[in-house]
Amino acid sequence: MTPNKLLLLGDEAIAQAAIDAGVSGAYAYPGTPSSEILEYLIDSKEAKQKGIIAQWTANEKTAVEAAIGASYVGKRTIVAMKHVGLNVAADAFINSALTGANGGMIVVTADDPSMHSSQNEQDNRFYGDFAHIPILEPSNQQEAYDMCFYGFQLSEKFHIPILLRITTRVAHSRAGVLHKDPLPQNQISLPTDLKQYILLPALARKRWSKLLSIQPALIDESENSPFNKFIDGNDKSIGIIASGIAFNYVMENFQGANPYPILKISQYPIPEKLIKKLYNEVDRLIVIEEGYPFIEKMLTSFLCDNLKVEGKLTGLLPREGELNPNIVAQALGLPNIEGKDVPSIVVARPPSFCPGCSHIDSYNALNEALKDYSKGRVFSDIGCYTLGATPPFEAINSCVDMGASISMAKAASDMGLRPAVAVIGDSTFTHSGMTGLLDAVVYNAPITVIILDNSTTGMTGGQPSHANQRLVSICTGLGVNPEHIRIIKPLKNRHQENVQVIKEELAYEGVSVIIPTRECVQTLNRRMRAKFKEKGENK
Amino acid sequence: MKKDIILAGVGGQGILSIAATIGLAAIKKNLNIKQAEVHGMSQRGGEVVSHLRISDSQIFSDLITKGQADMILSLEPLETLRYLPYLHESGWIISNSEPYTNIPNYPDLELVYNEIRKYKNHVLINADEIAKKLNAPLSANMVLIGAAAHYLGFEPQEIEDAIREQFSKKGEDIVNVNIQAFREGLAFAKEYIKA
Ligand SMILES: Cc1ncc(C[n+]2csc(CCOP(=O)(O)OP(=O)(O)O)c2C)c(N)n1
Repeated sequence: MTPNKLLLLGDEAIAQAAIDAGVSGAYAYPGTPSSEILEYLIDSKEAKQKGIIAQWTANEKTAVEAAIGASYVGKRTIVAMKHVGLNVAADAFINSALTGANGGMIVVTADDPSMHSSQNEQDNRFYGDFAHIPILEPSNQQEAYDMCFYGFQLSEKFHIPILLRITTRVAHSRAGVLHKDPLPQNQISLPTDLKQYILLPALARKRWSKLLSIQPALIDESENSPFNKFIDGNDKSIGIIASGIAFNYVMENFQGANPYPILKISQYPIPEKLIKKLYNEVDRLIVIEEGYPFIEKMLTSFLCDNLKVEGKLTGLLPREGELNPNIVAQALGLPNIEGKDVPSIVVARPPSFCPGCSHIDSYNALNEALKDYSKGRVFSDIGCYTLGATPPFEAINSCVDMGASISMAKAASDMGLRPAVAVIGDSTFTHSGMTGLLDAVVYNAPITVIILDNSTTGMTGGQPSHANQRLVSICTGLGVNPEHIRIIKPLKNRHQENVQVIKEELAYEGVSVIIPTRECVQTLNRRMRAKFKEKGENK
Repeated sequence: MKKDIILAGVGGQGILSIAATIGLAAIKKNLNIKQAEVHGMSQRGGEVVSHLRISDSQIFSDLITKGQADMILSLEPLETLRYLPYLHESGWIISNSEPYTNIPNYPDLELVYNEIRKYKNHVLINADEIAKKLNAPLSANMVLIGAAAHYLGFEPQEIEDAIREQFSKKGEDIVNVNIQAFREGLAFAKEYIKA
């Protein structure tokens, strides 16, 4: 490899591109497959030297708001999240298209088709379209780098935020990436119109008109984008539109020598002229995209007849799950010879709690405390502790969206369920649980909230948790009676004691919070190893 | 030259360190590589797989095409079987024989071995046992790379150089024990194929 070629994950390529493009502020809430973007920026010596702010935020909404603030003062900024994070941040995100960007602003969404570590497989390109801003969808790690770098320029050219969309395989695959000469950061320069960011109706209407007025220019930009490529082929019986990573699967099948014309799309709004040109040349137009049939649906809006279009909507490609080279081969009618089937003796090996995990002891205590009640009264949330749904625990009955446990338990108790329990992780609690707890306090809902405090955001790899050392003061501050804030230590030899505490609070006709507190075994091990290493180095 | 390798194992076993070693050897030879990893949910004692692709020409897909893998290199015998649809008919299975039994319904081990033995091109090796004999239980991964070395498209020396570089920060002792583990695996495979 040439010296300036780095072996990077797609996530890391994006982070390095942000550094090289002169970013000043990076904000994120962890979420697979996006977390390595901010982790890279936090660990990067170069970023530190350049004084780049790289911070975890309480949730995705505060992250996007932080980016809007950084952009307001004229600095370049990047914010990263997993796909469902954009639901949380949607209010800020959609409105940021109206305020516009002063310094370059990129919102990265890492979508997870096949739900490798997610609760749905939503395609966030729809959010980009909804917000009326350009979407960049790199097909590989080099493009992830190049398009992030370019995204800042595009953002500053049109004064709007850009949505950079990747999917799991781009995010979590490593390849050699060439990087560019670094650009300096922007100086502070406030918007020339100091009313630009005030979205009062009268002003917001102007901003909306302005956003609509640049749409043709954005389409033009896509028509001429170096990332949207028309690759001709002699055989016009089929034309292929392939977006993002789908392009790789197509080229993998043709080994670079495609017989059919291909339009690769990596920049949106969709390049209408390029599509029409292809459409008019071919007998069948096959649309291959990772995620929902986004382009395929759009085609109906401007092709007067779309009878030639085939893809996910026509059943040529599956609606569910991520793509792979074999699925694409089948869609293109190419030979597809798979290896032998998985032998029938093979069983699944689902993820499980780490040995020694504090959640194990918490669930054992909770199950025992609840054993005299009928099942089905524990609302829970998203994190390692969701594994409490699996045998032998089968201790929880819901996992919907971050923070839902508390609001759901409250409403269930409103409806008469006694006792009603919420089980939520410390990071999930500060992400979106605090507001639900406030609702419960205001109406003195008889619920028992168990905040599992392992001092980290465990599920996503052990990032720091905003809740750290703050849970008691947060709960007290929200108005929970301090007598009903109970800290327990989830350990085997405290089991009886813990069961007793939970039973007492289940019986209480008001809001109680129980906080089982013991560090995550993974972060504990990591800390010990680092300490050990440090000692060795100091010798 | 093209090598598509499925690396398989259980979360926490360290398939990424295998990918790192082979990847480093590839980079030192100026080859293109792509390596799809798994993060998140699947790491907690669950099944993990990484697609490692090495080529002297451009690599498009991050994922290996089913039926095209040159090798399944696996730290766990049951996990080996999970990825058989990826293996090309002339591909190799290099599999650890030591089971990782963190599930209650782990199948009869002999049946698992029999499925692997159905493939002519296979090496079934107890990498953990060999590593333990070297007093280096953490080097089972290197034993396994050794067992695979004949079919990876590298000279053994090139892989040793990569191991040396990978562990150089940890001191000469660690480097040596890992190279020793690699050589044991290499020698074992040579004998195994003959038998
Ligand atoms: C809106 C949203 N953002 C991020 C995630 C990714 N995510 C899943 S669980 C989790 C954190 C869990 O941390 P914590 O609540 O402390 O529980 P732990 O895993 O440590 O038990 C995160 C960030 C998500 N699923 N949804």
